[in-house]
Amino acid sequence: MSEFLSQVFTTLLAILLGVGGVVGLFLGMEFLIGFLPQRLQPKVRPWAYIGPTLLIMGIYLVYPTLHTLYLSFLDERSQQFVGLKNYLWTLTSPEMHIAFRNNLLWIVLMTLFSVGLGLVIAVLVDRVSYESVAKSVIFLPMAISFVGASVIWRFVYAFKPANVPQIGLLNAIVTALDGQPLGWLVDTRVNNLALIAVGIWLQTGFCMVILSAGIKSIPREILEAARVDGASEWRIFWQVIVPMIGSTIAVVATTVIINALKAFDIVFVLTNGQRGTEVIANRMYKEMFSFLNFGRASAIAVILLLAIIPIMAANIRRFQAQEAIR
Amino acid sequence: MNGIRRILARFPLHLAVIVICLIWLTPTVGLLVSSFRHKDAVFATGWWTVFRIPMDFAQFRLDNYIQVLTAQGMGRAFLNSLTIAIPSTIIPITIAAFAGYAFAWMEFPGRQVLFVIVVGLLVVPLQMTLIPLLRLYNRVGLAGTFLGIWLAHTGYGLPFAVYLLRNFFGGLPKDLFEAAYLDGASPLTAFTRLALPLSVPSLASLGIFQFLWVWNDLLVALIYLGGTEKVAPLTLKLSAMVQSLGQDWHLLTAAAFVSMAVPMLVFFTLQRYFVRGILAGSVKG
Amino acid sequence: MARRMYWILLTATVVAGLLLSSCAPQTVTVTVPVEKQVTVERTVEVTVPVPTSRGVVTVLGVWGGSEFEAFAASVEPFTKETGIGMAFETSREQATVLVTRVQAGNPPDIAILPQPGLLVDLAKMGALVPLENIVDMDQLKKDYSQAWIDLGSYDGHLYGIWFKGALKSLVWYNPKAFQEKGYQVPTTWDEMIALSDRIVADGGTPWCIGLESGAASGWPGTDWIEDIMLRTAGPEVYDQWVNHEIPWTDSAVKRAWELFGQIARNEQYVWGGTTGVLSTNFGDSPRPLFDTPPGCYMHRQASFITGFFPEGVTAEDYDVFAFPSIDPQWGVPALGAGDVVVMLNDTPEARAFIQYLASPRPHEIWAARGGFISPHRGVDPNAYPDELTRKQAQILASAEVFRFDGSDLMPAAVGAGSFWTGVMDYVGGKDLDAVLQAIEKSAQDAYK
Repeated sequence: MSEFLSQVFTTLLAILLGVGGVVGLFLGMEFLIGFLPQRLQPKVRPWAYIGPTLLIMGIYLVYPTLHTLYLSFLDERSQQFVGLKNYLWTLTSPEMHIAFRNNLLWIVLMTLFSVGLGLVIAVLVDRVSYESVAKSVIFLPMAISFVGASVIWRFVYAFKPANVPQIGLLNAIVTALDGQPLGWLVDTRVNNLALIAVGIWLQTGFCMVILSAGIKSIPREILEAARVDGASEWRIFWQVIVPMIGSTIAVVATTVIINALKAFDIVFVLTNGQRGTEVIANRMYKEMFSFLNFGRASAIAVILLLAIIPIMAANIRRFQAQEAIR
Repeated sequence: MNGIRRILARFPLHLAVIVICLIWLTPTVGLLVSSFRHKDAVFATGWWTVFRIPMDFAQFRLDNYIQVLTAQGMGRAFLNSLTIAIPSTIIPITIAAFAGYAFAWMEFPGRQVLFVIVVGLLVVPLQMTLIPLLRLYNRVGLAGTFLGIWLAHTGYGLPFAVYLLRNFFGGLPKDLFEAAYLDGASPLTAFTRLALPLSVPSLASLGIFQFLWVWNDLLVALIYLGGTEKVAPLTLKLSAMVQSLGQDWHLLTAAAFVSMAVPMLVFFTLQRYFVRGILAGSVKG
Repeated sequence: MARRMYWILLTATVVAGLLLSSCAPQTVTVTVPVEKQVTVERTVEVTVPVPTSRGVVTVLGVWGGSEFEAFAASVEPFTKETGIGMAFETSREQATVLVTRVQAGNPPDIAILPQPGLLVDLAKMGALVPLENIVDMDQLKKDYSQAWIDLGSYDGHLYGIWFKGALKSLVWYNPKAFQEKGYQVPTTWDEMIALSDRIVADGGTPWCIGLESGAASGWPGTDWIEDIMLRTAGPEVYDQWVNHEIPWTDSAVKRAWELFGQIARNEQYVWGGTTGVLSTNFGDSPRPLFDTPPGCYMHRQASFITGFFPEGVTAEDYDVFAFPSIDPQWGVPALGAGDVVVMLNDTPEARAFIQYLASPRPHEIWAARGGFISPHRGVDPNAYPDELTRKQAQILASAEVFRFDGSDLMPAAVGAGSFWTGVMDYVGGKDLDAVLQAIEKSAQDAYK
């Protein structure tokens, strides 16, 4: 029992120190800034505020990216310089072409449905009394670990021959309607869609939570005023709600697009990219850790990073517009 | 409008919400039901068949849960998960709040560019960072420490956190701060007394997401902290209950729910912060 | 009111979790060294070693659940006698963790690898410690056949000791079902095909095959093709194939695939048709053997499949016959696999640990618990729980023609990559030449 108590004590202490440390850091910086002359303060303060962010991201994200860039020009064990060979392979290999095509599918479908559904649900549940229950239900998939989610969806997509009782939900519905059971994860006509459906199931809760927070910040008076004026819910949605939370929608959409680009866990666990379901991140993982080809894996990662440039450009433009209004 | 007309008018709304909720819930319900069944039964018949004779309790058993909950070291793993998750949630949010506010409201050179880079870093795949960072950790002695994993999760969580918070802070009306400065508030006060409280819904969302991600994470903990009994979190412990080729996967059904309990509770708790109208009426007019 | 409920629930969960950690036993298996006290009552002086804690050996493996428990039990005597504890980390993502830690400079002391291909990769990286001066080579040569010693070696050095094995080349069947229908166990491929046709004519389905295995889907098909290769082209050509001295498009390789397809791609031969083959998890696939009426009659799989049979199935419900010969000149070779123990950090504790694993005792402890066979020849056959297992162990240790699972020997890009994908695509209906060309292309990149 005493060992248990000491564990708990250590846990609490660790938590307090960790959290207190960070808060103390900022308060300490503010304190130090206070010693500077007044006109210097606004120049220094922003750097104090973003300093820890830049430092941590520099170490944890920028440094590995540069390291990856460096590795992408070397061979599989990072011993010899091979120039653009890895990039050539990435851009010309048929497996990667399949992956590119699939990721495009992921981006379009997952973003459209997760954001769209998330928005619709956020708007709808805002107006019912059992809102928190409904939100919890939609959000629940996010709380399940990927391992758990994979087991869940195995049960949905499970295949058994037609003459035997089905254990997969989809095939049970299909056979009840006198159809033939499908191998949802192995049939190339549907398996990509099946995987993307899992992604939508998982991401919609995320979109809904953020969009809901955005909707909550719309003053009630504005909505009421519109209703009093006789506007239909449809019009209110498109002409009041959506414009007001435009930037939130953009943030959510950007994040989901990036997640679609990075899609890995679902594909890895359910099909590992077999039967035409390969995606970029899964291939990168395989090259890195299964095939031990560090050069190629790095090249794939760099291509992934480059793919985000258009999205960043769109974001820059949006910020500039937003600031112009202010 | 009289009572019945009101109900009918709202009927489509309720129908839509309920149907969507059912679709979303059904797969998970399938897992829940399966976690109470014997693994051979799970393979033989669909989980919905238990509803044919719901009163036949013989078809249910708690074995899966008992095995999972009483496994050796489960409590320790639970504590480890908490030790990893709580600071890994609070630290990035704190850091990101300051940064988001600065990006939104402070003037400094390179503001746009830096911010766009922050957003761009969202795409960095986790797997590419493992080897160089672990090498770094080994050199500075952070491998296998809790501080190391808090910092790692902070690093991974910051881009999105900063992105989200900057967006929220940026949407605050300028007049709000002008009024505060006129009243003689310092920038820090404006941030802590004005901006932060208004951002509680965003902070709460962020908190949930980060907590969830860390709580359900397995790979980051395995790499930076190690998988030994002393430090292994719940996810690792639960995955180790299944054998290497996947035998005993039926334990995963119960494990998934055991693991889900805490995040769901956190979500419920933070739900109340998603209230409307804190901002409404504060400045307009 | 609701607000209080939330806090109560939250507190309750946290408290429950903390209570759990106090109720569940706090002892951790095999990490605490043990001190032995001995009292001597006679006047004769007896020196008994009193071990003091000498440290810990860190081990990274893939075993979980009851596998881990069995391994921990096998290691317990080691800890009791030497005082060295074992800190075992398990992960099915072992390759990721191992590669990362090796590259980052903090590898575990010992790793237990499920494939020799990974051993070769790590040896090439210089990550492994050669074992010739650590284990007693003379004794080792007696305990393991040369085939097994070679499998643990690379470039003239011994790097790995084999601990756990699996015998493939087995076809499982339900003897009662066979008896009922008057089926005879086939001894040649042609007889097996004739039997399959007969079963179809009787209205049944002869074969259960399941290729699904999450991230590793396709691997059971590779076992089929390897077994067939050995029986149609012989062990030398098999070796050439594994070492990529002949291309994947070679006619010998193509023939093996075609024979596999003769069964796996035949909608009437396999339970669930080809969709069933692709979708059914390999562990679930033998279940129809035991249904009434049987969903299938034969299942080709390695010795470890008994761990997946449904509860209630006993040793009387199943039996095996050797995967039959195809080309009589090549007879019935044995295909096997196993887990190899390698050392990454040369510490005294790791040395003692690996020396212990090279002795028969840990093998015997796990063998007695079932679900385990070992290629170690010094293991007492009576340690095995039944005759069937004993036979399999004997074949594994001393078969005349023995070959290791080819896909485990090939570089991962092929053996755990394009080969698996090729199997899935072929069964899914893709043209064989296209499949073989794709694998050949990846092989050209992968073999260096």
